[in-house]
Amino acid sequence: MGRPNQDVVAETLLELARADKDVLVLTSDSRGSGKLVPFGKELPEQIVEIGIAEQNLVGMAAGLASAGKRVFGVSPACFLTARSLEQIKNDVAYSDRPVTLIGISAGVSYGALGSTHHSIHDFAVLRAVNNIDIVAPADNVETREAILAAAKAERPVYLRFGKVPVPDLHPEGTPFRIGRAITLRHGDDVVFVGCGETVCHAVAAADLLSKKGVSAGVISMHTVKPLDAETLLAAAKNCRALVTVEEHSVHGGLGEACAAALMEAGVSVPFRIVGIPDEYTVTGKQADIFRHYGISAQGLYDAATGLLEA
Amino acid sequence: MSDHELELKSIQYRKHILKYIKMAGAGHTGGSLSCVDILNVLYNRILRVSPETFEDADRDRYLQSKGHSVEALYVVLAERGFFPESDLETLCGYESHYVGHPTRKVRGIEHNTGALGHGLSVSVGVALAGKMDDADYRVFTLLGDGELAEGSNWESAMAASNYKLDNLTAIVDWNTLQITGRTKDVCKTDPLDDKFVAFGWSVADVPGHDLKALGEVLGRAPFEKGKPSLIIARTTKGKGVSFMEDVGKWHHGVPNDDEYAAAIRELESAEAVLKGEKISV
Repeated sequence: MGRPNQDVVAETLLELARADKDVLVLTSDSRGSGKLVPFGKELPEQIVEIGIAEQNLVGMAAGLASAGKRVFGVSPACFLTARSLEQIKNDVAYSDRPVTLIGISAGVSYGALGSTHHSIHDFAVLRAVNNIDIVAPADNVETREAILAAAKAERPVYLRFGKVPVPDLHPEGTPFRIGRAITLRHGDDVVFVGCGETVCHAVAAADLLSKKGVSAGVISMHTVKPLDAETLLAAAKNCRALVTVEEHSVHGGLGEACAAALMEAGVSVPFRIVGIPDEYTVTGKQADIFRHYGISAQGLYDAATGLLEA
Repeated sequence: MSDHELELKSIQYRKHILKYIKMAGAGHTGGSLSCVDILNVLYNRILRVSPETFEDADRDRYLQSKGHSVEALYVVLAERGFFPESDLETLCGYESHYVGHPTRKVRGIEHNTGALGHGLSVSVGVALAGKMDDADYRVFTLLGDGELAEGSNWESAMAASNYKLDNLTAIVDWNTLQITGRTKDVCKTDPLDDKFVAFGWSVADVPGHDLKALGEVLGRAPFEKGKPSLIIARTTKGKGVSFMEDVGKWHHGVPNDDEYAAAIRELESAEAVLKGEKISV
């Protein structure tokens, strides 16, 4: 088992900041949940505490970036992408400032705290904003690589992370590029396309299926925008069913992005989007909510067999 | 540049604002006329920035938070040589970069604005970067009085004083009117000076069409070491054209042919008086 991705985020940011004094981390009273207390102790001049004011955090991030700073705004995803959506849209994306926004405790990481603290809308709203990439890394390796890639991106990037330990899915040194999916395993019967902390469940489901003689592939589509349609289509053309999975509303997220890409390419395959349905989201631990909505080995196994047997 | 030349520029700018709004058939007439004297003084007397130095890291920055008054900014930037004035003939046209709110596609513009309540936050970021780098550039931003109802302004006002940004000056174009009516009736912001003082700013009040007074107060900023400065510029919406002055409908009213001719006549007459020319009635 790996560590929480957020630990890796904080560690990687510290490493970047040690090497470059223009690297700044902005927090909205969120350094504790962002695991950035050690960062603040070691490099107090490079952490900017904004207070509980996410709109100002994003606006200031744009201003700092315009003056040559390499800015990482770290704030709970639920607030960062809703409260300050207009600042993301105008001050970062439209104004084309190379700010990296890091949504922490994303999805239903704060499951028990209720919908105010869930961010199952962030892919949907940001997919409709021009000039910002959306990345949800699956494990510690993807997390570190995504932060390093964002630091070099020279364009707006939104990254989202959860707070529980995640299994290691890739060996160190796995090539990573924003916009290029990673195929974890190939499959002829069903392919799972997931992102973020759901990918490990797809891997577990693929294991269950292979025990039953079903060939199941898994793609980590860490970049929700721009979508790697090439990898998606290649997989879809060589399987009998495709299941997407995300810690997000079934509306407007990875699943719908994949559906659009498939339809536009004229690729027809039995297809299912697994995510959070359009209802008052149940509460509980992230794992409880995942299980409830079928974002689990068993749930994904059932989704896949349902399509294959239909 | 003499005070007299500066006065003449204000009239020229007003004529150009009306010319291009008339040509485009769209624009924020009243607010552009209310803030243009502030822009005149900033770009001709205060800001250390020119087309040649616009990419320099140590240039002074001006961010127009009240983006809708972009026509005033366009005519001043054109006259200062950031782009040919003839570009403004495309204002609000198909695929023109000269859209109805500032964007960085236009040379001389620092930040894309238009949605209200953004410019101060971004300016705070730019000013903080200046402090971190020990740079000596200054940051100026222009806010509308109606815009102050946006809560984000107050988040950034707190941050500016928290970070002791005395390299930041915000100017409020206090023309007392917004699209619905009097600002005090829509969402009272008075007493604005007390509010900003309570937020840790140093505040000055100035007649917003008095070029000498504007030059003096802008030149004096920062008013206090370690504090951001706020200038409440008492202006008149539609200033310079008598029938537009302090009349709400000119917020984004576009003059018809007769109104345009009358407005230009009035401005030319003021110009002639200033030049000491004899006026034929």
